[in-house]
Formats: sequence, structure tokens, C-alpha cells
Amino acid sequence: MSRKTALNALHRAHGGRMVPFAGWEMPLHYGSQMEEHHAVRRSAGMFDVSHMLVIDLVGEQSRPFLQQLLANDVARLQTAGKALYSCMLNEQGGVIDDLIVYHLRDNAFRLVVNAGCADKDLAWIKEQVAPFAVTVTPRHDLALIAVQGPQAREKTRPLLPATLAERAAQLAAFHAAVQDQWCVARTGYTGEDGFEIMLPATQAPALWQALAEAGVAPCGLGARDTLRLEAGMNLYGSDMDEQYSPLESGLGWTVAWEPAARNFIGRKALETKRNAIDNKRLVGLLLEGRGVLRNHQKLFSDGVEVGEATSGGFAPTLQRSIALARVEPDIGDACSVEIRGRQVPAKVIRPPFVRKGKICIAI
Amino acid sequence: MSDIPNELRYCRTHEWVSCAEDGVVTVGITDHAQDQLGDLVFVELPEVGDPFEAETECAVIESVKAASDIYCPVAGEIAEVNEALMDSPELVNDDPYGDGWLFKIAITDEADLDSLLDADGYQEILDA
Repeated sequence: MSRKTALNALHRAHGGRMVPFAGWEMPLHYGSQMEEHHAVRRSAGMFDVSHMLVIDLVGEQSRPFLQQLLANDVARLQTAGKALYSCMLNEQGGVIDDLIVYHLRDNAFRLVVNAGCADKDLAWIKEQVAPFAVTVTPRHDLALIAVQGPQAREKTRPLLPATLAERAAQLAAFHAAVQDQWCVARTGYTGEDGFEIMLPATQAPALWQALAEAGVAPCGLGARDTLRLEAGMNLYGSDMDEQYSPLESGLGWTVAWEPAARNFIGRKALETKRNAIDNKRLVGLLLEGRGVLRNHQKLFSDGVEVGEATSGGFAPTLQRSIALARVEPDIGDACSVEIRGRQVPAKVIRPPFVRKGKICIAI
Repeated sequence: MSDIPNELRYCRTHEWVSCAEDGVVTVGITDHAQDQLGDLVFVELPEVGDPFEAETECAVIESVKAASDIYCPVAGEIAEVNEALMDSPELVNDDPYGDGWLFKIAITDEADLDSLLDADGYQEILDA
């Protein structure tokens, strides 16, 4: 039996095509995935991401605990409301999950983790937290709505509780405003500006309705995937997992090596790969021939296999097919992709493909 | 409810076939099929003149979701393909029984059409 978010009935009322996803019943699209994608690039769209798990960490040792738990360093979070993207690694340096950590207030932090990883993340965190004076609380009582697009913030602000609306208007990117049980963050997973709103699940349907009435398009998991792919953002389980380190997943920038004394979990294993010249790397692909790039297609250069597409698809903004791919370090700027038995030429590029509504690569 | 026109014949694999005119039939995918696939983004059609046996793969359509094989409903030779789909695969979503047709086949044996499903038979498959 799939779990249902607080917005399930509204998705059905809006004509959502419901599919099982990570143990939840979620909308894939509400008619046209393509139109939902364009709505986010051109105006505003909203996603129910309540299946993601919010985990609050409270206690005097919450900061030192997170400095051990995460590969990025929460020392970078000195003001309340600031957010940081990080990987959580195992001892081998493999990625257990990628997450956003928010600094709520003194001695209080909040993690937002992937739905598909929620159970193992919680088990891992509870295991690691034992020696620390930190309380771990999964917030199953909260819903999450992401409102994304060039008009997302202006359409959302009037619908927030009054004082929170004023503070939300002042937010810089990757900062959040917290008030009572609400948390409004200027973050997202689409390459567009916008908010991610955590709020009591009981209040989520009213906000969703109000956003819909303000002209924000309900968008499903399908558009969420093509938007994040165009934005060059990794998807856990496709572009990264426990088999690969952040260094081989395009996420070397999220590893805080300094101070050298900070002994985060996975550090020792990562150190051995840090200056290795044979690390695989994650790149972008733009298909030059006809066809569609898909996960697991093989890449070749002069007849030699040089990598694999980790997530591929059709990019509605580019009207071309693109992918993220894990490749040998010396792949160069072109390769061919085996698509249904044919070799189709592709350009190797550095993501992102699209940011803030603008195409960032030569096509 | 998906649209299943009475005048067409159908395959279990969700292709539709028009009545023969001078030994040539038009083939496409059903409204149900396009709805299940989601927005189409790429169509790979056979070459005019290619011969196919019935129930063999003869084209590929790809949606935002996945690639799907199209099976030739009856044995014959490709007489024409819908070139408009190269640039506008979404025609299949917008008008699966009209502008979104895939190809035309010169049938080897018109009696093969009798083995296809009628609208009621196809509806039963969808209901099953």
C-alpha cells in the first residue's frame, strides 16, 4: 500500500496521473509533462515534494555532529536560516544520500532528504548520533511544496502568513525564513528561482489551492525530472549512489576539505581518491544525431567503451536530447552513444544545460 | 475514456489500421496508447519500400517516459511514411487517428485484416 501525501486528493481532483514512487503515490503529470516543464521555465509551477523527509536535529552538539556526518561543513552555516547542499557518505566514501541542511536557530538544524533514502538515512543518522547529545526527530507532520519559476516568488508571497511573507521577500538564494511551523526557503531543484515551503500537512491543501488560483501550474514528477536534468542537477539513485564518491559524481565542490582536522565520515576513503588521475567523472551530453538518450546507454570513443549515461531524456527547453554520464577522465569533447544498436554522435559538455530560463550551452 | 473509432481495426499492441483503399492501409497508435506513453518526443519510421511480416518491429516511438516498439499489423510493403512526425512528434498526441498517423502499407494479403480486432474487441482488451 503506497503512502499518500496531504495533497493526494487535490492531485486527483486536478487530473494527476498517479504513480508509485519510492513507496508513495505521487503525480507523474496532470495531462502534459511538457507543458508543465515550460510553465516552470516561463512563469511558475508547483510540486508536491512532501514525500521527501524532513529530519530535525536539536541539541548542543548538533553542529559538531553534523560536522562529522556530512562531507560539506556546517561551519559555513553561521546565521540562522542559511542552507547548505551536502552529501552524506559512508566510510568507503560512497554517497548514502544528498541533502540540504538548514540552520534553524542556535543548536538546531534541519535536513531534507530523498524519499527513496529516508528509511536508511534515518537508521544511519540514529546509529551515528549515539555519542552526541542530539535529538533526532523525523517530521512526518510536515508537507513540502516547491514553487518554481521566474514568477514563483511574486505569486507565492501574498499567500504566506503576513510577517513571514515580508521576511520571504528579503531572502537571498539558499536562505530560509522560519516562523512557527512554517519554513520558506529560496531553494529548488529546477534551475529556476523560487521557494520550497515546509508547513504543517494540515495547512498544505489550502496553500496548494491558493497557489493554483494564483495561476501556479501543478507539476508532476516527470517535469521535475526534465527540469533538474536541464539544470545539470544529480538525481540520487541514477547519477550517484553508494558505489561512487562525490568526486566521481560531479560533486567534488560539495566536499569541504578544510579544516584538515575535520574528520567527517568517508574522509579517509576520499583522501585516497582526491588526487587520483583515473577518477571517473560526471559530464553532460548533448545528442547530435537523432534519437533519445536514456539511462544506462553505453558511450564509445574510437570503438572503446568510455562510459555510461546515468540519466538521459528529452530536454523540452532545448528541444534536444541530453544526459548526464559517468565517463573516463580523458573522454575529450565528443563521443558516440549506442542507441538501439546504432552509434549516434554526442557532444561532451559541462552542465548546466539551462539555468534561469536561459540555455547555457552551444546547440 | 479513450476514443476508439468504430471504422478502424486494432492490434493487441495498440496500433490501429484503416480500411484498405487500393490495397493500402494507414497505421497509427491508439488514443489509449498515446495517453499512456505521455508526450512523444521522437519517432523513427521505416523507409518507403521496406517489406515487413505481420507482428514484426517496424518503427520506434519515444515519449518523455520511454521508447516503445511499433509492430507492423499486417504483412506488406511500406508505401508512405508521415514525414511531418520527424519535426512534430506531438501530432501523435494531439490527433492519433488523424494527422498523427505513422505509415501506410501496401498489404500482401487483404484477408490478414480479418484477423485484427474490431472496436469492441479492442475495448475488451483495455477493460481486461
